[in-house]
Amino acid sequence: MSVAAAEKQPVTGAGPFNGILTWIDERYPLVATWKTHLSEYYAPKNFNFWYYFGSLSLFVLVIQIVTGLWLTMDYKADAEKAFASVEHIMREVPWGWWMRYMHSTGASALFICVYLHMFRAMLYGSYRKPRELLWIIGMLIFLCLMAGSFFGYLLPWGQMSYWGAQAIVNLYDAIPIIGPDLALWIRGDYVVSDATLNRFFAFHVAGVPLALLGLVAVHLVALHEVGSNNPDGIEIKKVKDPKTGIPLDGIPFHPYYTVKDLFGVAVFLTVYFAIVFFAPALGGYFLEDNNFVPADPLKTPPHIQPLWYFTPYYSILRAITENFMSVIAAGTVGMALLIIGSVKSRAVRGATAVIAVVLLEGYFTFDPKVWGVVLFGVSVVIFFLLPWLDRSPAKSIRYRGPIYKVALALFVIAFLLLGYLGTQPVTAVNTLLAQIATAVYFAFFFLMPWYTRMDRCKPEPKRVT
Amino acid sequence: MSNKQGVSRRRRNLVIATTCAGGAAGAATAVPFVAFMLPSERVKAMGAPVEADISTLAPGQKMTIEWRGQPVWILHRTQEMLAAVEADDGKVADPNSERKPGEITPSYAKNEYRSIKPEYLVVVGICTHLGCSPQDKFQSAKEPFDAEWHGGWYCPCHGALFDLAGRVHKNKPAPDNLKVPPHMYLVDSKILIGEDRKGA
Repeated sequence: MSVAAAEKQPVTGAGPFNGILTWIDERYPLVATWKTHLSEYYAPKNFNFWYYFGSLSLFVLVIQIVTGLWLTMDYKADAEKAFASVEHIMREVPWGWWMRYMHSTGASALFICVYLHMFRAMLYGSYRKPRELLWIIGMLIFLCLMAGSFFGYLLPWGQMSYWGAQAIVNLYDAIPIIGPDLALWIRGDYVVSDATLNRFFAFHVAGVPLALLGLVAVHLVALHEVGSNNPDGIEIKKVKDPKTGIPLDGIPFHPYYTVKDLFGVAVFLTVYFAIVFFAPALGGYFLEDNNFVPADPLKTPPHIQPLWYFTPYYSILRAITENFMSVIAAGTVGMALLIIGSVKSRAVRGATAVIAVVLLEGYFTFDPKVWGVVLFGVSVVIFFLLPWLDRSPAKSIRYRGPIYKVALALFVIAFLLLGYLGTQPVTAVNTLLAQIATAVYFAFFFLMPWYTRMDRCKPEPKRVT
Repeated sequence: MSNKQGVSRRRRNLVIATTCAGGAAGAATAVPFVAFMLPSERVKAMGAPVEADISTLAPGQKMTIEWRGQPVWILHRTQEMLAAVEADDGKVADPNSERKPGEITPSYAKNEYRSIKPEYLVVVGICTHLGCSPQDKFQSAKEPFDAEWHGGWYCPCHGALFDLAGRVHKNKPAPDNLKVPPHMYLVDSKILIGEDRKGA
């Protein structure tokens, strides 16, 4: 549209701000942006409970950024002073305890919202075409959140901060050839030290938040380009009003969903403040007991574990022992045979065979530790591939067949079990359970192209129900 | 742009050359940003050797020395402890420290007890799995992690077990024995950690 045409467009409504809005609109597309993203963004009318968690995630991210900014005013990123400065915030700064508990509870709340938001996508196939890129951007946001929370967790410089960081940085140490130098580069020292604390602080307060804000903006632009999915998993853009061109099953995001999301925010804040005020440590799950002890580089606490939102992957990491390698090898052979048996292309079959042989060779050349780290990484990154692994004709769980329902249920059980086991000490039984859950976890993804195609789906409706 | 006739060859080549030069300069900018994060000169200087006085270390006792910010353990082993090491030969993954020669175990400690003098074990107290510091479990007893435990270390993070010579038990997440740092006896009661006579 030409500039002249844009100028002629009247500002909606005649009110006291009409003049100033027109003045701004001649210089910046304010009303147009408002319309594109809110008042004339048509979202499906059948959103349910699961659709609260996208806007809630954004809301909690804002809490984190604001409380984080304030905490930075009194925190000292210095190995000698960090622990004491957090205690200073807690005991001496007016409302310091509130600011810190908002931030620490917010971290867990953000992961709860994001996990439920991701689960929503898995329920209703929101990652499927045309939303693959939207899903990938979302996964990048998830990786940034993980990095941000990992960097942030070192800052209080407690025992768990210190040894958690030590263990995770040492993951890189396991990478053959470049590993030790890479770990040294990340730490900036031979062990986690003041140098590590300072750079983690820099990433936590500047690097990660900037990346996150950019990615969130891109996530929203991508969402508003393709439009929201819905619990029926059908495209509302297929049935439009012939006169207005507006989807018949769409309603303007504002005011309909802004009001709905505000209700979600109110319920969320009730729960959130109950935790902030009455149980900020939440029994050691949101703030771990050992982190109330200053970091001691010479003594690992008797039991270390990451925060709850990392424990599923952490369980996978420690489930990979020498005797589990034969299970992984068997799984690899099975996968290779399955691919070779179901793909016609000779090139793909040949490549599969070669990759399988190389992997099998690698399983018994490198330590199980290396493969633990590899599977730990794969367990997170595999989510990126969901749009292409899922071959079901129906998007939404409402119209999918029994196989996917069972598979998703097993996956959720395995994920929760891994999460629980990650908070428990290592015993023979726990390791075995973690290994079984690890097998289920990966089978859910790796076998998806086959079982989703076999599944008997119900026909999808034309309009939302 | 698809019309090739209107394109000046000279101009196109100049654009390509400029892009390459600019791209190379941009990529080279990564060097200071990457190098900035390497250990500083001060950190490197702190890696100097340290001395440990073992004259007051009673049999059965362990002392911890800080070297390069890591705990180094010196364990004065009793005759029973040395017997326990021998008894563990079948349980450990690498009884004679053959793996990664020169990296985990210096040649002068490449023996069953992994030490210069059998009584004094010197190891870095950092698990070779993910860098936790294992706990002392010196008593032979029935432990939840091993019913026939002969004494050693238990890593709380991922359950790795090490015997009283710092040798890792089989089928545990840690791949290697505890690292024996370069060390030497200055006199009978003094050990220098971080340097040995190999190079001298």
